[in-house]
Amino acid sequence: MTVDLTQFHDAFFEESFEALDSMEAALLKLDIGSPEPELINTIFRVAHSIKGGSATFGFSDIASFTHSLETLLDELRSGTMPVSVALSDLLLKSVDVMRAMLRAVQAKQPIDAQRVSDLQFDLEVAIAKKEDTAAVAATPATAILSPTSAAPFTKPPRWRIRFHPYRELLARGNDPLRMLRELAALGELEVRVDAQMLPPLADVNPLDCYLAWSLELPGEVAEEALRQVFEWAEGDCDLTVERLPGDTADLLAGAPLSPAAPAAAAVAPLPASAPTPAPAAAAKQQVALPAPSPAAAAPRQESAPKPEGSVSGLGDSGSIRVSVEKIDELMNTVGELVITQAMLSQLGSHFDGPDAEKLRGGLAQLERNMRELQESVMRVRMLPISFVFSRFPRMVRDLAQRLGKQIELKLTGEQTELDKTVLEKIGDPLVHLVRNSIDHGIESPETRIAAGKTAEGTVHLDAYHRGGNIAVEVSDDGGGLDKERILTKARARGLVGPNDSLTDAEIYDLIFVPGFSTAEKTTDLSGRGVGMDVVRRNVKELGGKIEVKSESGRGSRITITLPLTLAIVDGQSVAVGTETYIVPLISIVESMQLKASGVTRLSGHSEVLSFRGDYLPIIRLHDLFGVEPRSRALHEGLVVVAEGDGRRVGLFVDDLLGQQQVVIKSLEANYGHIEGVSGATILGDGSVALILDVPGLIRAASMKAAA
Amino acid sequence: MSTNTAERQQGSGNGSHQVLTFVLGDETYGVDILRVQEIRGWSAVTKIPHAPSHVLGVLNLRGSIVPIVDLRMRFALERAEYTTVTVIIVMSVNTPAGRRDFGVVVDGVSDVVDVNSAEVKPAPELGSRSATDYIRGLVSVAERMVVLLDIDRLIGRDLALAAEVEGDEALAASAA
Repeated sequence: MTVDLTQFHDAFFEESFEALDSMEAALLKLDIGSPEPELINTIFRVAHSIKGGSATFGFSDIASFTHSLETLLDELRSGTMPVSVALSDLLLKSVDVMRAMLRAVQAKQPIDAQRVSDLQFDLEVAIAKKEDTAAVAATPATAILSPTSAAPFTKPPRWRIRFHPYRELLARGNDPLRMLRELAALGELEVRVDAQMLPPLADVNPLDCYLAWSLELPGEVAEEALRQVFEWAEGDCDLTVERLPGDTADLLAGAPLSPAAPAAAAVAPLPASAPTPAPAAAAKQQVALPAPSPAAAAPRQESAPKPEGSVSGLGDSGSIRVSVEKIDELMNTVGELVITQAMLSQLGSHFDGPDAEKLRGGLAQLERNMRELQESVMRVRMLPISFVFSRFPRMVRDLAQRLGKQIELKLTGEQTELDKTVLEKIGDPLVHLVRNSIDHGIESPETRIAAGKTAEGTVHLDAYHRGGNIAVEVSDDGGGLDKERILTKARARGLVGPNDSLTDAEIYDLIFVPGFSTAEKTTDLSGRGVGMDVVRRNVKELGGKIEVKSESGRGSRITITLPLTLAIVDGQSVAVGTETYIVPLISIVESMQLKASGVTRLSGHSEVLSFRGDYLPIIRLHDLFGVEPRSRALHEGLVVVAEGDGRRVGLFVDDLLGQQQVVIKSLEANYGHIEGVSGATILGDGSVALILDVPGLIRAASMKAAA
Repeated sequence: MSTNTAERQQGSGNGSHQVLTFVLGDETYGVDILRVQEIRGWSAVTKIPHAPSHVLGVLNLRGSIVPIVDLRMRFALERAEYTTVTVIIVMSVNTPAGRRDFGVVVDGVSDVVDVNSAEVKPAPELGSRSATDYIRGLVSVAERMVVLLDIDRLIGRDLALAAEVEGDEALAASAA
């Protein structure tokens, strides 16, 4: 009777990686000297659940390592060992090693044993240093009490529950572990297990339940909620619930239950890696917990494998894992529905007859529902940007340490949500920008103090919604971009003529030129001249734009503006002849009617219009796309001033039709790329309209002009 | 004739396959039925800039954007008016870049016939080879000659080329 455990591997890896992320985040938040118990608990829980999981799945290397780590963490948790900088470094390294081990196991590759055993040795050394004090602190009686309730005589009223399942409990589909978890969600739970009825290993029937529990919960938990947990087990167990008045909680410690440790010892020799039926394995794990760390640690229910597992009513968080493909499929179908609905609406508006009014009412209702459905589906794909931001605290800390700089990282707007695909692609560009800020922007403490600033520099990551877009800002209070040096460098490389005068924006734009770097010496972080051009390319691929602002001596700010999603774009429909095109709203500066006086012809062909003191080239879309326009006279049509790649142009069109959100469809799936066109969409009448790509249009037009 | 049909039906297991025939001017052409996705009436297309002249534009086919090719223009035949009886056959082709769907505009769809591979005659080589290499062969069905097309060669290569050339050459052409 074996269960194939490999089917759970993926979930284990995924959860473990997430858990490690939260462990890392907690470690970084940890205050040296006065650590918050909740943070230490979080860290402990992660190590613990990874240990449990890897032991269950037979990843003995990981289990052994996490066991050492857990022992060390336990010292921290019980307060017998102070949190030092060295220790927090050691723990962060452990996170890296665990991640590497999990990755290796996931990819079925050998684990870097040397690295693991080195660090494990360090961990053991750290534990050994504190062994003596720990041994004194952890007498069996106090060990059973949870560290947060270490003062036995000031206890508030509590519930005492005796839960004695009959042997058939498991067979009837009840899982005591689940019940305990539910209880833990109600309030801080103390658990003691009574394993007296456990037979010798040879006689164990894995389908029977041999354990009983004595539990304590804070008095403020409603009795009803508490009894509800056992609702399904009624008749399969003996259950007593009694209320203990305050100040007598010490009873528990002296209760004539057999201590957990010996009982655990009886079970622990079972090879944990042997696949056993799930319920029995769960129950066994429950008991086995204290065995590996005899020094302390009651089998607290917080060891439930939930990375954030906070005590307050999380019970089940009501979320499920769904593959992205399924969501994409859903998105596609909803896109189709939107188009069909638009088609019906258009048909309905031409309808006459007795029921026409009702039909239109129904269609209006359908439209509202469709819009809601579309928004809900879009929201499913949205994730908070904290998923990306969370990697920065660690990175900034490491970099600052390496460069000998003092840097504070400020994160704001972490809850701003954006599409998962955008989220995945924005991470690397942000890493580049933050590295640049740390490496080039923030000065060394001495320089800063000499400049009258605080020794500690600040790097600020911010995200917020702006219109239908999301803006992500990376700013620092460092030295700012050195305009002179950029110019000198650009002149030396022949990018700028010796006498050209450039605006600030144009100068800052130079840093995005491939291979351009002003760093005096290249470090392994940045300065090799790759990076900023890649950043800009990535941002552009996402349909976003990037702006640089800088003030010498005061710092710089780089703002990335991104669409919320890649699947839908806000567009302005324009008419050219019989064709309809969509111009993305993010590219549009203004639309206007031209007066004949506003246009100048330069040397025969090219036309320019004067716009807010600038002269912008006019692109006649009908010329570029070979369409017969309604009129060739500029004053009879309209000009859409659009921006792309930092350049502005006037697009000459016949008419503006209206603004709408359009679903982006690929032209490349069945045809190919067209310069100046980023995709296509399906309009309400079922016809296809091309979506214009303004930077591409500008390129195409300038090639045409150059020819 | 009737014995012929019987033979074809008997042999439909191995040596024969089904072919959709359609009319273009005075000729009858055939394509492998397994490549045909659907047959639909003519509706106005959206023009694509810088496309080869026989690529009329794109259509919405249940949510996908599908290019439409006018076979008359591809074969340099006299151009016909598009009317309500003009038909678009949507097919899938294999290109170096993977499977693509596209539609061809034809004068009308005739029939689905079984073709025995043994009866397919190679196309006579006239002049340059490239002009006929998209013809898989000729077969006589009900006393009419049917030209069997290799659509991968006929359209697939076109589409792949169109996608490549588009950016540079077509632009250069329009600039000239």
